[in-house]
This record gives sequence, C-alpha cells and structure tokens, in this order.
Amino acid sequence: MSELAHGTGSHLPAAEVPEMELPHPHGWWSTYVFSQDAKVIGIQYSFTALAIGSVALVLSWLMRLQLGFPGTFSFIDPQAYLQFITMHGMIMVVYLLTALFLGGFGNYLIPLMLGARDMVFPFVNMLSYWVYLLAVLVLVASFFVPGGPTGAGWTLYPPQAILSGTPGREWGIVLMLLSLCLFIVGFTMGGLNYVVTVLQARTRGMTLMRMPLTIWGIFTATVMALLAFPALFVGAVMMLLDRLLGTSFFMPTLVEMGQQLRYGGGSPILFQHLFWFFGHPEVYIVALPAFGIVSDLISTHARRNIFGYRMMVWAIVVIGALSFVVWAHHMYVSGMNPWFGFFFATTTLIIAIPTAIKVYNWLLTLWRGNIHLNTPMLFALGFIVTFVNGGLTGLFLGNVVVDVPLSDTMFVVAHFHMVMGVAPVMVIFGGIYHWYPKVTGRMLGETMGRIHFWITFLGAYAIFFPMHYLGLLGMPRRYHEIGETSFVPESAHDLNAFISVMALVVGAAQILFLFNLFWSLRRGREAGPNPWRATTLEWQTPETPPGHGNWGRELPVVYRWAYDYAVPGAADDFVPQNQKLPPPLHVARGEATA
Amino acid sequence: MTAALIFVLVAVGSVVFHLLSPWWWTPIASNWDYIDATITITFWITGIVFVAVVLFMAYCVFRFRARAGRRAAFEPENKRLEVWLTVATALGVAAMLAPGLFVWSRFISVPADATEVEIVGQQWRWSYRLPGADGRLGAVETRLINPENPLGLVRDDAAGQDDIIIEAENLHLPIGRPVKVLLRSIDVLHNFYVPEFRAKMDMIPGSVTYFWFTPTRTGTFEVLCAELCGAGHAVMRGRVVVQTEAEHHAWLQGQRSFAQLAERR
Repeated sequence: MSELAHGTGSHLPAAEVPEMELPHPHGWWSTYVFSQDAKVIGIQYSFTALAIGSVALVLSWLMRLQLGFPGTFSFIDPQAYLQFITMHGMIMVVYLLTALFLGGFGNYLIPLMLGARDMVFPFVNMLSYWVYLLAVLVLVASFFVPGGPTGAGWTLYPPQAILSGTPGREWGIVLMLLSLCLFIVGFTMGGLNYVVTVLQARTRGMTLMRMPLTIWGIFTATVMALLAFPALFVGAVMMLLDRLLGTSFFMPTLVEMGQQLRYGGGSPILFQHLFWFFGHPEVYIVALPAFGIVSDLISTHARRNIFGYRMMVWAIVVIGALSFVVWAHHMYVSGMNPWFGFFFATTTLIIAIPTAIKVYNWLLTLWRGNIHLNTPMLFALGFIVTFVNGGLTGLFLGNVVVDVPLSDTMFVVAHFHMVMGVAPVMVIFGGIYHWYPKVTGRMLGETMGRIHFWITFLGAYAIFFPMHYLGLLGMPRRYHEIGETSFVPESAHDLNAFISVMALVVGAAQILFLFNLFWSLRRGREAGPNPWRATTLEWQTPETPPGHGNWGRELPVVYRWAYDYAVPGAADDFVPQNQKLPPPLHVARGEATA
Repeated sequence: MTAALIFVLVAVGSVVFHLLSPWWWTPIASNWDYIDATITITFWITGIVFVAVVLFMAYCVFRFRARAGRRAAFEPENKRLEVWLTVATALGVAAMLAPGLFVWSRFISVPADATEVEIVGQQWRWSYRLPGADGRLGAVETRLINPENPLGLVRDDAAGQDDIIIEAENLHLPIGRPVKVLLRSIDVLHNFYVPEFRAKMDMIPGSVTYFWFTPTRTGTFEVLCAELCGAGHAVMRGRVVVQTEAEHHAWLQGQRSFAQLAERR
C-alpha cells in the first residue's frame, strides 16, 4: 500500500511554466464576461445552471400544488401540468445537474486539483459556455411561444411528442429538440477539454492514481457523456425531421383522431433505444461526479484517508463501462423483445456490486475517523442516506419482473428522485459549501447552512419515501389528478397533500441557501487559503481566490496521493499533496528501504 | 450527537412507516402472486441493508465525532474486508435476481391453451376484439381504419367475420382461464394497466405486443393508461369485468360480430 500513498517523486524538480502561454484578459469584458479562465467559466456555468434550476424548482411547486390540491388552481389544466413536468424533468437532468457537475465543478476544479494553469483549450472552453447559455435561452423561449413548451414528458416519446394530442406540438417540441442539440454541441466542446486536460496537463508527480476521486468521477463521467450524448443528438435530429419535414423515422402508419396521417414505416421503439442509450449513462454522468466529490468531502471532514482508494477508482470505471449495457431496463414494458429482459436485468443488478462497494468504503472512511460535522459533511451524510435508499429501490425496478407492476407508477418517480434528484443535489450543496471559501475567500454562513441542510434533507426524505407506497398501491405517474379511482383510498389524497406541503417547505429552504450565497459574499467569515485543512492542490494556491494561471511562477509538484490525513509520524493531521515532508511511511516506521 | 440520533430516527421511522402504511398493493386478482413474492423478498433484503447502512453511519457519527486530541486511524486499504463485502453483496444480489429471472421466464411463456383477446388503444379510449367461434382473430391493418371500420379489419378475411367487436364498453373475461392479451395502438403509445392483475405492457402503433395472465377473482376492475399519451392520459379509463363461465357466456351472446356490424351499416 505504501507505494500508492507515498510513491517516488521526491526527486522531481519544480516545473517552471512561462506565463505568456495564457490568453490574459485585457479589461472588464474579457475578465468577467468573455473570459477564457476556466474558473470564471465554471462560475458562469454554475450560475446559469442554478438560475435555470430555480425555474425547475418553481415548476415542481406548481405541479405539487396541482397534485396535492387538484382542482383548486384554475390555471393548471392537464396541458399545463404536462408542460410543467416535462420542463421540470429536462431542466433538472440536463440543464442543471449535467451542466453544474461537469461545466461548473469540472471547470473550476480540474485545473486546480491537477496543478494545471488552465484547461488546454481555453477558447473552446469559453465557447462551450456561450453555446450552453444559448441552449438555455432557446429552452426558456419555449415558455413564450404560441402553444407553450412541449408536454411530451422529459422522455419525449414519439409519436405522441409530435402529434396534436400533446401540448406544445407546434413550437415547444421544436425548440426543445433544438435546445438539446445546442446543449450537446456546447457540452462536446467543454467535454473534450476536460478529458484532454486530465490526460495531458497534470502537473509533475500527479499520476492518474494520485488524482483526487473528484477528478476521477468528473473525468469518467465526461468520457461517458461524450459517448452517450451523440445517441440523443441523432434521436433529436431525426425527430426534428419527422416533425418538420414529414419523414417517418419514428412514425408508423397511424390514425390520429379519426384522420389517416401521411406517416408510415417508422419505429417508435427505435427512439426509445436511442434515448435510453443516452439516458441511462446520463444517470451515471450525474452520479459519478457526485460519487467523486462526496468521497473527498467525507475524507476531508472525517480527517481520514479515503478507504480503499484503488477499489474506488476501479468502481467508478467499472460502473461507467457497465452503464452502457443496461439501458433497456427502462424499457421492460415497452413491448421490446421480452428475451432482452434476462440480459438487461442481469447487467443492471451486477452494477449494484461496484456501487455497493463505494457505499461501504464511504462508511469505512467514517469509521475510526475524526468526524467534523461541518455543513459539507452533513450534506455528504444526507447523500449516503438518500443514495442508498434510492439505489436499493433500483433493485426492485431493475429486476425485470418486479418492474412490471411498478413501472410507470409513482414508485418510479420516488425512486429516481431519491437516487438522481435528491442525492446528487445533496452533493452539489455539499460541494458548494466546501469550495465556496476558495471561490470567494469567505465562508458560507454556517448556521444558515445547517438549517438549510436539515430542512432539505428531512423534507426531501418525507416527500419521496412515502411516495413509493403510492406507487405500490398502483397510482400511475404523469396524471394531473387521479380522480375517482376504485382502488385509491381517501387517505392517498391526504398523503398527496402532505407531500405537496413538504415540497413547498423544502423549496422555501432553498431561498435561504440563495440568500446565504449572496450574504456571505460580503459578510462571510474570512476563509484564508485552506479553511478545511485539506490536502488537495486547490487549497495550496498562492492566492485565494486563485488568480489567472492559478499558481504564480512555479507549478506545484505532487509527492503523494490526495488522502494523507492523520498520517502516523506527521505533526499535522493532514499532509498536502505538494508537501515533500514528512518522509514516506516506511521511513517513518523505521523499515528498511527496498 | 443530535445528528446521529436524527439519522437513527430516519432508519427506524422508515421501518415503522413501512409496517404501518395503509398504502399497499391492491388485493391480487391474477395468477401473478409470484411477482408479489419476489417483491417481498426484495423488500426484506433491501430493507435489512438500508437499516444496517444508516445505523452503522449513525454509529460512526456518534462514536467518532471530532474531539480534542483525537486522531483518525490511517488505514488505506483492507483487502480481506473488501473482498468479503463484495462477495456478500454478490450473494444478496443473486438472491433477488434468481427468483426474478425465474418468474420472468414464466411471464413470457404463454400457455398453449390461452384465449387470445385483442385490446386496442387510441386517444383516449379502449376497444376490444374477441375471436368468434373459430377461435382466431382476423387480420387488421391500420390503413383500413375509418368510421365504418374503427379497428381496421380486413374486410374479406374469413377469420375476421365472426370476431366480436366491443367499443365504448367493458371487457368481460371468464375466471380461471388463461388469456393472452394482444395489444395494439392506432395512434400513440398507451399501456393497458389493471393494478390488480399486476401485468402490464405498452401498446405501440405499428406492432402488436402481448402479455398473459389468468384472472383468479371475479369482480369489476378499473383500467388505466400507464404510458403518457397526451392531454387525455389521466382520463383514459375502462373496466374489466371478471365473471363465472356461465355469466360470461350469457354476456357473449349479447355481443355483435364484425359481419353483423357491417350489415347494419
């Protein structure tokens, strides 16, 4: 083990990199707006994602008002309800979670954590953000066009998505598909940057197996996204052609409201395969950065090395690879060849094994640690609870025959919100509380943070845990109201009302968080360069917040892995990655050098 | 301390909620109690894991909370423990997957004596077609659908003449006889869903999908659409009436065949 934690590297000279390689800004516009500095781009991504995410949050209130108190709000008709759920889902999955983890955290942290000056292609990186912003604006525009945004559900299944029984058929679906295409173009520019930077721009001594798990998570997720998003791109382009030019990629012969349409010969189920070939890896594109970040949060705040680092890295890579062969578990009741069920159920349940290993290793990192319950740590613990809960219900839905009664019910809604809604959002909050001091030089208000955590965690759990049981009962999803239904008891309506009230409470707590973000900018406690006493490179910058180029004249040199907490023989309870001393473990132990 | 206690309460509270919940699956009305059994096994395994994980986490938060002078243990890896945990997890997964796949193989093997019944979905209602005396359903084509021929039967197919067409009415099924449900849509995706039967499957325009089940309980059961099909999705309802053989026979006498309907028009 010691060769991993304390490999050779003590002989490495400091790397001097000439300053003029970087495109330095010349004035306000190129410093804060059209900046090529990955840190600024990361902040731009984060703000845009949080802004559009707030829209999704408001949409979730509206849909919960309708579900909890059906018929009370006259402006929410069935069409509007479908538009709310569609836009909420798409915004959260793609425009918030993907953009924030990869574009936000990725941009800010990759160069800093690897000891690089910037991304390798700063101009393309800047372009990536502006195309993303354009995608967001096109998406927002669909709220203001005739007919409003599409209400096809975030899965956009044809033929329904482009037929007139679905709201937003005129403009909404076209703008949605265009926006997705733009997003993918923008992401590809950023994604290539992240991958090449990780592979090519690491500082001396930063071997792949010394990278913090945050970087492993973001890197693997980016590779996956580069492979998965093209499937969605192709699907979106084909559906645009079906909608605008009358082609029939996804459209069989059909009769709509008594009228024979001029489509014929296409396959609706082809779209589902393309969508989920993207859609399932997408779950892990969101989850892997969360896995990585939460590992670092737990290790830092428990003052203990991450347990089983090599296993953690391999688990990330294996999960990433396996996630490409499980997509059709979203389609068990789609009418595809039923024999697929055996294959996809098996691969899906196998993924549980590396995922479980990660959970064990987080727990074993806490065990015999020295746990500081700072706000980032609280969110990390909240992540473990919600992720384990949501992951375990995945074992119901992944096990083909169990999925049959549960699919398309509220059980599914509860499952994926717990596992890829609440859990990753917990990590996003934890990550923001953790790195805000580096970004701004000030700490986020700790009391506000705790209040924010407990309301968000307990509230979200109270929303989504009981929701599973509505699904068991048989309540279908995507219904604007269940109405009089023979098998639904009166108490289920009460539970729905309770869930809606909790949703409003959790939503209100997010306003506190936004307030904290702005309040602490001026009033927060001065952070200093390394308030959490962390080992990774971003905390070792000469300036806080780091300047353009990150490192001043000399790049840091890395001598050790990212998890030297409580090393025996070291005076402090942490040893930064770029610190040469104390001596390697075997010397400290008095063992002979091999 | 408080935090650890709250996490314990979350774990215990979840179990208590599960045990006391008035919201549970509907009384079953088909042969698929295998599925319910697999769900029960899965609940046990996942429930134990969930409670164990959260309680262990809470224990760590309490036992290893930061105190002056405490230092964490430095232990990067523990091969034996990691292997042991991996094997235990694999066994747990296998214990859920094996019954799951076994039941799935039943689910996709339709008994030879199953009666075929066609269900047609369209925005936003259900229609049904039963084979007549010949026991066979006639050919259909979506292109042939018009107000006179709403299900698109091929007019000169002999097998279709005695097919019984049921529109805007309940489907009736005899108890105790396996049914192979053939699912067809003429516009968008739908999904024929009766919670009490447990089985469900999407309907896809351009293809015919299927599932099978045996009704085991008489009564009237509500049909819902379980695949988003547009603005009327939530109101796309119907009813299935499961009756004794004799009752079903009597009902059948009152229904009209394709040929009879064509004559009237």
